[in-house]
Amino acid sequence: MLALIPLFPFLGFVVNAMLGRRLPKSVSGGLASLAMLASFAVSVLSVLQLAGLPPEARAIDQSLYTWIASGDLNIALAFRVDPLSAVMILVITGIGSLIHVYSTAYMHDEVDSEFARYFSYLNLFAAFMLVLVLGSSLPVLFVGWEGVGLCSYLLIGFWYKKQSANDAGKKAFVVNRIGDYAFILGMLALFAKFGTLDFQGIASAVAVLPPETEFGALSLAALLLFIGATGKSAQIPLYTWLPDAMEGPTPVSALIHAATMVTAGVYMIGRNAVLFSHAPQTMMIVAVIGALTALMAGTIGLVQNDIKRVLAYSTVSQLGYMFLAMGVGAFGAGIFHLYTHAFFKALLFLGSGAVIHALNGEQDIRNMGGLRKELPITYRTFLIGAIAIAGVPPLAGFFSKDEILFETFVDGHTLLWVIGIATSLLTATYMFRLVFLTFWGERQHSGLGTRDSGFDDHHRVPDPGSRIPAHGHGSSSHLHDAPPAMALALVILAIGSVGAGWIGWPHAIGGNNQLGAWLEPAFEARLASGEAAPAAAEALPPGEAAAEAESHEDLEWTLMVFSSVVAIMGIALAYGVWVKRRDIAAAWADRLAPVYTTLLNKYYVDELYDATIVQPIKAASTEGLWRWFDVRVIDGAVNGAGSIVEDSAAVLRRLQTGSVRAYAGSLFVGVVVILGYYLWR
Amino acid sequence: MIPLSYYLIVSAVLFAIGTAGVFLRRNLITILLSIEIMLNAVNLSFVAFGRYAGDFDGQIITFFVMTVAAAEAAVGLALVIALFRHRESLNPDAFTSLKW
Repeated sequence: MLALIPLFPFLGFVVNAMLGRRLPKSVSGGLASLAMLASFAVSVLSVLQLAGLPPEARAIDQSLYTWIASGDLNIALAFRVDPLSAVMILVITGIGSLIHVYSTAYMHDEVDSEFARYFSYLNLFAAFMLVLVLGSSLPVLFVGWEGVGLCSYLLIGFWYKKQSANDAGKKAFVVNRIGDYAFILGMLALFAKFGTLDFQGIASAVAVLPPETEFGALSLAALLLFIGATGKSAQIPLYTWLPDAMEGPTPVSALIHAATMVTAGVYMIGRNAVLFSHAPQTMMIVAVIGALTALMAGTIGLVQNDIKRVLAYSTVSQLGYMFLAMGVGAFGAGIFHLYTHAFFKALLFLGSGAVIHALNGEQDIRNMGGLRKELPITYRTFLIGAIAIAGVPPLAGFFSKDEILFETFVDGHTLLWVIGIATSLLTATYMFRLVFLTFWGERQHSGLGTRDSGFDDHHRVPDPGSRIPAHGHGSSSHLHDAPPAMALALVILAIGSVGAGWIGWPHAIGGNNQLGAWLEPAFEARLASGEAAPAAAEALPPGEAAAEAESHEDLEWTLMVFSSVVAIMGIALAYGVWVKRRDIAAAWADRLAPVYTTLLNKYYVDELYDATIVQPIKAASTEGLWRWFDVRVIDGAVNGAGSIVEDSAAVLRRLQTGSVRAYAGSLFVGVVVILGYYLWR
Repeated sequence: MIPLSYYLIVSAVLFAIGTAGVFLRRNLITILLSIEIMLNAVNLSFVAFGRYAGDFDGQIITFFVMTVAAAEAAVGLALVIALFRHRESLNPDAFTSLKW
């Protein structure tokens, strides 16, 4: 039954890819959405079946066939649902279905064949993403991992007639390859050490070892896998592709570059929790990278002017939180944040899509404003998303972010906690800057020429004839709020953004953190019955754990109140600057001009990479590989072989004199020599 | 009975004469005739060996050689006529254009 979950979207892909250009939009879009809904239904059934099992035996396996059998290497194409992948498949199919439905309206201006192409990619993405989270071994996960990378490339470059979209797609693909290389090395390291690539196999092999105190083989393998995760999940140093990925259609940004694909790295670490918790040094690296990414992306997000780019940096920042959680060993908290983030970030992206749709492709927030009255549904849902991400209780983002910060603090990483809190303040501020600039105040009418970059997301259509005149830029024209399919997705996601966090209601305020308890078994090695619990397991005896939890409750309360205050302060700050005194923002930008330009230019990281990596590689390829190796060595060998034959032939052709008697003479001499040899030897 | 070596010496002398003719003469027809002499030198040694061994194998091979020689002479003379028509010469050194 598990195989059906990825199979439905895959069939949707096949049908839309083969027949899509002949199908009307309602059929191809409806088919794709139905495939996702069917997949969602099967996922729900699987998870219900899983929940019926006792907690320590919660796993359903399905092995389809032996995929690779070569010597010691034996990999089955096998799927496994356990509590962790259960959360993932529900998020992917659930939010994926909503985004499919939303897309049917958002992409409606495309011609039929493009529309079907879009949905075939989207379905293919969902199929690969489901393979990624269902795969029971690293190679199967890697198939999904590469597959979603491919779909990400295809969808970023969906509007392939626009050069910037092509470039962004290529950038995403190339940057991801760097991470994937490390990922493969990590897999090989694990196989060399344990002789298996099955998650359970690795986990039980690692569990009997003591945690590494020095940087050893486990730490190296974990670090290599983490480098793979930095590529896929946009962490320092490989995050640069994600903001550019906003060239893709907005629902794609919501699905792939916010809710699902970019969280694959977090999922992968959670999946290998036993391995990572045995590599404390790598965990420290993960936590530090996560915290730094969160802070850095938050600061950049504060000054960006493209609505989608702000959200993109916000995504990078939130992913940083998730890695921070993973790094301090709070795997449950990280996955919890992944799950709540999927709701509110998808909501925010879809909301921004609705704004862009209504404004006919405008993405610069300086040209927006005052949309509160004209787009009421979009405004309200977007506001809920913004409150949720800012971390105001009792919305979803509060619980998950707070759990991460709490775990970080308890784990003794005070500095990382301070960074987390600072990022939390930044998050609230830049999100509400976005809200206030977009929806509040008066509509700004700066000319199109003032836009600083050529992102014209929605209506970049090749033939201007398909523009809908009613959606014009004119001040008097009435703006259309989200059409029903879009509004439906927005409202459902808004409800999720409010309530999704409640299943992780912390103990401190009378909840019982069901999600944490549900996920717990997924992060431990499943040991064969009778085998003693390993000494390495840090689990305290139940009584002691309870006592510890008791003493933590006061602390948790304090931290919770503190982070809520920080979130509200952030919102107040944004209100003070961008609603009350908009001139302050400009004044600060002037006074802190160097800082402002640095942030606006994203710390010049792209320029740095270009100068230190891209240009040297280009130069080495041009001068070294092309002009020297290819021209001299390769062409030299080929031409050399030719000229050797030519030169020796120029000598040898002298033998052919044309004189019959010379030929006869050489024949005679030859016969005499051969016969003489045999007679006198 | 005349010893075998006598026949072989005559055969070798004839063969040498034929070879010398092939290399030294400047007339294609003479060269063809010299080749016939070489073939007949070989025939002589075959027959001599056959007689000496007391069976007919040598004589049978001789018949084959004579048949082939007749065919060769026919083809060779036809070529000589064709060449003569082409170049008005029978000197083999006139026909050296088939080279690099």
